[in-house]
Amino acid sequence: MTTPLLGLVLAGGRSTCMQRDKAAIEYRDGQTQLAAAVEALRPHVTKVFVSVREDQRTEPTRRHFDQIVDQVAASGPIAGIASAQAVAPNAAWWILACDLPFLDHATLANLAARRDPDRDATAYRSSHDGLPEPLCAVYEPRTRDALAAYIAAGRHCPRKFLLRANTLLLDPPNPRALDNANTTDDYWQAMSTLNPQLAVSQREIRVQYFAILREQAGRREEVITTQARTPRELYDELRGSHSFTLTADSLRVAINGDFADWSRPLSTNDAVVFIPPVAGG
Amino acid sequence: MTAFSFSAEPINIASLNASLRDVTCGGFVSFEGWVRDHNEGQRVTALEYEAFEALALAEGQRVIAEAQQRFGVENARCVHRVGALGLEEVAVWVGVSAPHRDEAFRACRYIIDEVKHRLPIWKKEHYANGDSGWVNCERCAVHAHDHASVA
Repeated sequence: MTTPLLGLVLAGGRSTCMQRDKAAIEYRDGQTQLAAAVEALRPHVTKVFVSVREDQRTEPTRRHFDQIVDQVAASGPIAGIASAQAVAPNAAWWILACDLPFLDHATLANLAARRDPDRDATAYRSSHDGLPEPLCAVYEPRTRDALAAYIAAGRHCPRKFLLRANTLLLDPPNPRALDNANTTDDYWQAMSTLNPQLAVSQREIRVQYFAILREQAGRREEVITTQARTPRELYDELRGSHSFTLTADSLRVAINGDFADWSRPLSTNDAVVFIPPVAGG
Repeated sequence: MTAFSFSAEPINIASLNASLRDVTCGGFVSFEGWVRDHNEGQRVTALEYEAFEALALAEGQRVIAEAQQRFGVENARCVHRVGALGLEEVAVWVGVSAPHRDEAFRACRYIIDEVKHRLPIWKKEHYANGDSGWVNCERCAVHAHDHASVA
């Protein structure tokens, strides 16, 4: 009799570094990361569950999925893995993190094809440090007792658990596929990589300086490559780099030779002049 | 010559006066802004004017056109210096000729007031103690601080 293979998407994290619920982030097509992970895993397993903490059961991003609530006195992903093994002790569990924005079909299909039920686990070798990637891996039923003992001993690192176990390590077909997005910086990078049409465009702006700004900038003009969308954003950027003492409130701005509004959108090759308080006559 | 212009050389007042002579006009008013030897308690020894000339020229023409329309005068001109100036030099000159004195006075006053407020021209003062500073720019931070402490 073959061992059933079930899926568990981990969504119980507290997303402290991201400052928002990672499961609910929508990178593509208006689909949450959690839903995208569940759908990606579904073809490869008999059934997909979502790992949650007790207080997350009715939370809108999670409530529509079959859930396995943490019931192990441990924290972190290992609590979810052990809870799943307790619910279905004779199943193999494919564990998948929900915060892998670059996860692709090839990575999942390759793991499904190469999984070896005669080993303790099948996992990818990290393209960063060569260690097992514990959060896109299949844990065979025989790891259940060892994992429970590991937690009972106060250990909680699933990566080290796989390192000590008889784990089949695979080379990932796409080295970036398992890069997780943990911080707000990761989020913006993933967002612009996955949605090139949303990437903030760079503009080349010619800036001329006069009077006190010329002296403080140490130049009469320069060409700035910037992501600033308006003269106000551009001035704030330049004020930082040139240590201008004047605030934007005391200035006027000219674009292409005429006075302009501070919130007018900048276009590439615009010529911008920031006008300090005047003193003619 | 355009109605508003810059000069890097001393302003030739005689030729400007002559250019505004008009047999239909009974009044001529001119204003001269001079470099004075003190400002806000400091002894001034020299001045520098700097301008964003392209925009200042366009705005200067607009100011004079407004004065002509508003006060019904035809002949109005303004010249502003740029570069280094010594004491007693003429920094800015405005001249208006008109059929009657009232519109000439009012147009002249309008032009110098608007030029001082609107044109991107900056003045750097050099002081007897060796300091220098851009007028209206250097003390902005100090003023902001004063407001804060009053509030």
